Amino acid sequence: MSGTPPPRLHLLGDAALLCELPAPATLAQQQRIWALAERARQWPGVGETLPGMNNLTLTFDPTAIDLDTLTAQVLDAWPRLALGAIEGRLVEIPVAYGGEHGPDLADVAAHTGLTPAEVVRRHAGGEYIVYLLGFLPGFAFMGGLAPELATPRRAEPRTAVPARSVGIGGEQTGIYPLASPGGWQLIGRTPLALFDPKAEPPTLLRPGDRVRFVVESVQT
Amino acid sequence: MIVIRKPGVLASVQDLGRHGHRQLGICPGGALDVLALTLANRLTGNADGAAGLELTMGGCELQFETDTRIALTGDDFSASLDGVPLRSCWSVPVAAGQTLKLAGANAAGVKKTGLRSWLAVAGGIDVPQVLGSRSTDLKAGFGGHEGRALRKGDRLALGASRLDAAQRARRAFGLRGPDWGAEEADGAIALRMLPGPEFEQFTLAAREQLRGERWRITPQSNRMGSRLAGAELKRKRSGDMLSSGVIPGTVQVPPSGQPIILMGDAQTTGGYPRIGVVIRADLWKLAQAPLNGKLRLVQVDQAQALAAWAEQQRYLAQVAQGLAAAGWPRAA
Repeated sequence: MSGTPPPRLHLLGDAALLCELPAPATLAQQQRIWALAERARQWPGVGETLPGMNNLTLTFDPTAIDLDTLTAQVLDAWPRLALGAIEGRLVEIPVAYGGEHGPDLADVAAHTGLTPAEVVRRHAGGEYIVYLLGFLPGFAFMGGLAPELATPRRAEPRTAVPARSVGIGGEQTGIYPLASPGGWQLIGRTPLALFDPKAEPPTLLRPGDRVRFVVESVQT
Repeated sequence: MIVIRKPGVLASVQDLGRHGHRQLGICPGGALDVLALTLANRLTGNADGAAGLELTMGGCELQFETDTRIALTGDDFSASLDGVPLRSCWSVPVAAGQTLKLAGANAAGVKKTGLRSWLAVAGGIDVPQVLGSRSTDLKAGFGGHEGRALRKGDRLALGASRLDAAQRARRAFGLRGPDWGAEEADGAIALRMLPGPEFEQFTLAAREQLRGERWRITPQSNRMGSRLAGAELKRKRSGDMLSSGVIPGTVQVPPSGQPIILMGDAQTTGGYPRIGVVIRADLWKLAQAPLNGKLRLVQVDQAQALAAWAEQQRYLAQVAQGLAAAGWPRAA
């Protein structure tokens, strides 16, 4: 893969390295991020790999690998990453849309100029990609929301969003794994657990997974 | 067993943290002052990774139901065991029925220096491991004791001690600990930091203010982060940032311009510019810095950061050597 610019590298403290790609964030770039993470996990001295949006953070033990060596390894690996290696699973997520499960469905409909039923149809008609997990255990930042469904966050964030709520925040859609404060527009809820610390693996979703929402019920 | 008679502001079971799951959004958590928990564990003959209790601002009371041995590190909050003073960094035998009390941070006569204390008990706190750690994830509600802060009446089991009965009963001894909560000449605690990935995005004035200001630690601080108040740090231009990894020590600056230094329970990714990152060797000072106390941020380079880390490791190695010479199990 020639012609892909190498990441900008920057220390994040004395034991972590940030690898950041130039904007804009694309799925193709994110796939390289996942591939680099996969690769770096096998290097001695590298601890954790944490994909962000268009970037990757590597923690490392500076007594086991020095910064110059790690930098050289990243830049050496970058043009030769095997992108096909990351094949995400397809995960279907049933959702009860609207009513008490999705109290903001009407607001999203009003903002987008669509009927609530149409919002549901388009949300469930899309295929989404998990770019990264962050914010809370198992919270997936997903790309792929139909542009016409984009709706700004609520002016007043809720102090307690119920666990498993499916929401729209700007151009993203996501699911709250746990009850937490949050400002996204809630359009439904899934019965699936997004995070179970006793399960293996503990999260339903992983970076690279593809997600489809399946309409379980709609209340408008 | 240990019985919690009074938990104080916030008491939780913590070990060295839950590592390896950041990419699933799971924060490392763990003792905010790793140095303090490590010392406490070594003083009680435990492996470094044994779980202890993190106590906040004193004001707590614990009763022991078995003969054991304990060590308290960090701020001692005028601690006493059945009325006999217990100093920080001492290893002390405990008889069944004895009560450990820490005075409240605002109690009369309490020399106020730090913010938190760590208690290790021979054998460690025996709660189930979840995702490789006994630490309590307070935000997500798992790990530790029932996934929550300790409450009055909670009873905690102890693991098998690496000390034999005679060792546990040996008379008390102490070691010279780090200078918890020590202030510089200007009354502020100095934390060394490296410039963060977005350092250059800030105005020259902001970069100067970052290093020149005596930052006040606001009471809104918690295990997720220390929120600072002082000069307003401005960026050259505003603009959204994409989600990117953060680690304990990251100094992020939300639109208010008031920095937050992230700690163990912070979320794994953030969207605010990172003007700096406090070096690992100084994170323990942050964990100890009292609310409304002052902080100063001192810029260093990576070589200095690594030298500081190496110095801390040498100190821990000396502690290990001294304890081994006294017949204590080797640090593990």
